[in-house]
Amino acid sequence: MRRVYLDHSATTPVDPEVAAIMMTYYTEKYGNPSSVHGFGRETKQALEQARNQVAELIGAASREITFTSGGTEADNLAILGTAEALRKKGKHIITSCIEHHAVLETCEYLEKNGFDLTVIPVDEEGIISVDEVRKAIRPDTILITVMHANNEVGSIQPIAEIGKLAKEHGIVFHVDAVQSLGKIPINVEEMNVDLLTVSGHKIYGPKGVGALYVRKGVRIVPLIHGGGQERKRRSGTENMPGIIGFGKACELAGQRMADDAKKQIKLRDKLMNGIVERIEYVKVNGPVGEKRLPNNVNVSIRYVEGESLLLSLDMLGIAASSGSACTSGSLDPSHVLLGMGLIHEIAHGSLRFSLGRQNTEEEIDYVLEQLPKIVERLRMMSPLYDQVIHSKQS
Amino acid sequence: MYTEKVMDHFTNPRNVGEMENPDGVGEVGNAKCGDIMRIYLDIEGDIIKDVKFKTFGCGAAVATSSMVTEMVKGKTIDEAMVISNAAVAEALGGLPETKMHCSNLAADALHKAIGDYHDKQQKKE
Repeated sequence: MRRVYLDHSATTPVDPEVAAIMMTYYTEKYGNPSSVHGFGRETKQALEQARNQVAELIGAASREITFTSGGTEADNLAILGTAEALRKKGKHIITSCIEHHAVLETCEYLEKNGFDLTVIPVDEEGIISVDEVRKAIRPDTILITVMHANNEVGSIQPIAEIGKLAKEHGIVFHVDAVQSLGKIPINVEEMNVDLLTVSGHKIYGPKGVGALYVRKGVRIVPLIHGGGQERKRRSGTENMPGIIGFGKACELAGQRMADDAKKQIKLRDKLMNGIVERIEYVKVNGPVGEKRLPNNVNVSIRYVEGESLLLSLDMLGIAASSGSACTSGSLDPSHVLLGMGLIHEIAHGSLRFSLGRQNTEEEIDYVLEQLPKIVERLRMMSPLYDQVIHSKQS
Repeated sequence: MYTEKVMDHFTNPRNVGEMENPDGVGEVGNAKCGDIMRIYLDIEGDIIKDVKFKTFGCGAAVATSSMVTEMVKGKTIDEAMVISNAAVAEALGGLPETKMHCSNLAADALHKAIGDYHDKQQKKE
């Protein structure tokens, strides 16, 4: 069966070049980088090279990079680590209503444990207003945590402006950049970011590895205690194959970003416009144009439900995702779509396609050929669509 | 995630459609929660002669709707009344745990349609 992968915001395949270099760190260069001997020195050097590769992609110094087990750990380390370090200074944290669960749940955990939390709303395009952040700042605010680009609707946030604001007020600023890394430029200096989360498996690197950028001079308390690796910020023997792979993936992302973006924007717009042209009662979720990630398409298809769409697409080999309740594992649809003001029934019918390096125009044509048939079939089953047909006839 | 039988009923749902002048109609769920099931009954004597459904919802919602229509066709009203949501799920070879409560309502829709039939009968008398 034909297979078309359009779920790159969930995860990406590992680039063959990345996989090849990782393999040598399993079977040949297996030394522990903390060891004194040659085996250890060899991997220690490679570890520092990988750190440099990650740092370069975000405009940081390599000593500011702490490797973690992934984006979720990096988010936890940034938020819990700052809260712990600054709890005597203040207990107020600001975040947004469209953050990834790794940020939202961590902030809510702190709220349950004596911290104050302000959750900033977004506009209908899924973009945070800098003014709202300004209004939320209090004398005891210690941390602002806002994502660079949203994983569901691809909305790019005004990070540099929020960063400027945070700097003026002396507030630590954390940014989850898991979805934007390798897709749009990131520069921690220009953006005035203090802490930045990145992850390997969204950029054609391996799963199980990520990093937290920690600006020189910013103090965080570690979550994991032990042998003092990673400048005492994250103990535990380094995941060398993962780190090497992540470093290589960052290097490749830096080289390919402009070309990837150009190609994917073309496919993105073809897919998004094609869906709107071919299917009635469709709403585009998120911004259009430059405020949207190059690889994100998100639409709500009215009168049908997201999981049914996904299953039907899957039977044709097309992989996508949805913000419907059925796929979120709760009774409510996506908090991001609800946060943007969508009503439940429209959020239930949402469909996300996230493009990647290997997607072709021909694959987009295939989706555009199949999707209208799927929607037609599901709508013929839908009691909600009856009303539309009946009102059309009368 | 889903059994083959669920996928079969989702892909090739039985008895999809509406009915002109049904003897009973039952609807459960709402668009807010993401599932709506509507069942139409054609009843002769006390036998369910024909049954149709329309469903907005996930794979489990469609499959349970389809399955329940298959289970009740040709049955008496009394036999239909004892079909439970759990029995529908079982007939499909089981449903994922998370679907047992939110999307397994087809028997409720059926019972509601039978209730509607009884109401209509009473009004006639």
